[in-house]
Amino acid sequence: MAVIRDVMPDFELFQPASTDDAVALLAEYGSDAWVLAGGLDSFDWLKDRIKRPKVVVDLSQIPELRGVRESDGGGVEIGAMTTLTEVVRDPTVISKFKLLADAAEAAASPQIRNQGTIGGNVSQDARCWYYRSGFPCYRAGGNICYADTPVGMNREHAILGAERCVAVSPSDSAPAMVALEAQMVIRSSRGERVVDAENYFTNPGIDITRMTVLQPGELLTSIRIPGTWAGTEFYFEKVRDRPVWNFPLVNVASAKVVSGGTIERIRIVVNGVAAHPWHLKQVEDAVAGKPLNEETAEMAGNMAIQGAVPLRFNGYKLPLMRNLVKRSIRGTMEA
Amino acid sequence: MHFIQWATNPWGQSVPIHIVWALIWVAAIAGLAFVVTHAIWIRFFAKPEEFASSTPRYPIPKEVKRHSLAARLFHWIMAASMLVLLFSAFLPKIGVQFNWITWHWIAGLVLIASIIFHLFHATFFMDFWSIWPDRIDIRDAIRRGLRMAGKPAPLPEKFAKYPFENKMYHLAIVFAGLSVAITGGFMLFRIHTPFLTRNPYLFSDMTWGLMYVLHGLAGVGLIALITVHIYFAVRPEKLEITKSMIFGTMTREFYLEEHDPARWDVSEQPSAEPLESPLVDPERGTV
Repeated sequence: MAVIRDVMPDFELFQPASTDDAVALLAEYGSDAWVLAGGLDSFDWLKDRIKRPKVVVDLSQIPELRGVRESDGGGVEIGAMTTLTEVVRDPTVISKFKLLADAAEAAASPQIRNQGTIGGNVSQDARCWYYRSGFPCYRAGGNICYADTPVGMNREHAILGAERCVAVSPSDSAPAMVALEAQMVIRSSRGERVVDAENYFTNPGIDITRMTVLQPGELLTSIRIPGTWAGTEFYFEKVRDRPVWNFPLVNVASAKVVSGGTIERIRIVVNGVAAHPWHLKQVEDAVAGKPLNEETAEMAGNMAIQGAVPLRFNGYKLPLMRNLVKRSIRGTMEA
Repeated sequence: MHFIQWATNPWGQSVPIHIVWALIWVAAIAGLAFVVTHAIWIRFFAKPEEFASSTPRYPIPKEVKRHSLAARLFHWIMAASMLVLLFSAFLPKIGVQFNWITWHWIAGLVLIASIIFHLFHATFFMDFWSIWPDRIDIRDAIRRGLRMAGKPAPLPEKFAKYPFENKMYHLAIVFAGLSVAITGGFMLFRIHTPFLTRNPYLFSDMTWGLMYVLHGLAGVGLIALITVHIYFAVRPEKLEITKSMIFGTMTREFYLEEHDPARWDVSEQPSAEPLESPLVDPERGTV
């Protein structure tokens, strides 16, 4: 059980001034190192003594990890340490990728967005309270999911793709990244690798203790958004318990190209329903070429929840997800 | 060094959750160390094995049937499922990530089914006791040990159907295999399968924890056991035994060299070419 204290535990703090130095530190300390971005997820873990790294590598002093840069092909590259507020206010992001600006603005509160980073937001850990309380669940390396038991409190948990652990990805910007076909740039002492956003988020069947493919020693340095969906029709909606500030119960991000009343191409991603942003590929295939009308939206909503298995307390997520997907097709919040 | 990972459950109880995964490497290194040591021993130090002479009192078939088709199918199905189980269990622990759980539980069900079949088959259709060590095996093992150490001891007798080492290996596999199969069978209640209603509260956290520890210990034990098994299967002097597990038979020469016709009676076996005078080897005299 978590021991909540107001003071930070003892660890060695490094504040590298360059990405190379940060990567070298992460290579040296491996799984003993903790990457600190905005600190909003990290400080909970550290002060609660649930995670006990020997070394913390603070990225706040690395200028090259910040900022939004336009890239070839009409895309942008966003440094992982760019704050959510900077993303929300960036003119290029607003003009080309409003979906991401809307998603980032839906995250948390203004104060948190000023501090929280885009890299931290997409890479944040699960909010399952059993896990965050320090219980020895699957995600913590144990052998049980306390949320997926007959009396488990699982109102916020997964309805799709659960594999032993039923925690969900709580990120608002993550589904937008997948919808925009973003690429995550990862550095380590072995070099650089670029992973599609869709593959950046892992699932518990593959690695039950991680939310992303980042391994010890690796650092997310930037996010590349190609121009593929720049300036298309976007839709982002987030449903949460308190509209002023909360994690999503379910959110949806979509980008679509409509021509003559027909959906030419579309990307729809839902989050808060699975351990990773849930890309509705089959729904996209089904609605492509169909007229943009109520019938298509209805079909998409119904298809989206095929295969969903609600837990004891989260059956409400089925109609919620269905309706959010319908709205994402319509492009309006109207019922 | 700690062998078990402990944790505190929501009720404040300290419970074991699994073995320490470093034991994977301990088992792998132990298995490989045995292989290397044995290979060096055989190559440079071991003397040829000597047995007391035995005289067959009936014609020995040219090809001696050792394993029925059913027994061979069981062996290879069990071997395949065991390898899938080991790889799906331990590769993710050493960094090879894939969706292992489905492979693992399906292979586990195959293993359980094959064990149930084997128990039935061995009890009612095979010589059940032929694989268990008897008094002669233990006496001869002591004799062989003494002779290996250069101490005086009578010659051991030739083996029955299975050599003593084979029997001891079977015994170890019985314990390890049943441990993983029984604990794994209960673990099916912890995951979603089409066959069982999931019930993670079937046992207390302590019982579950001990079950995971036993499953893990037997699992890493199997890493070493199977490494050793594969090693012996490919050793030149054991190839006849390996071939018998593929084709079902071993040659008359190998049979007479290692096995005592009095302890493994093959007189009932059909023989296409009965040996006219099987009892005398011109090189070694009476065998």
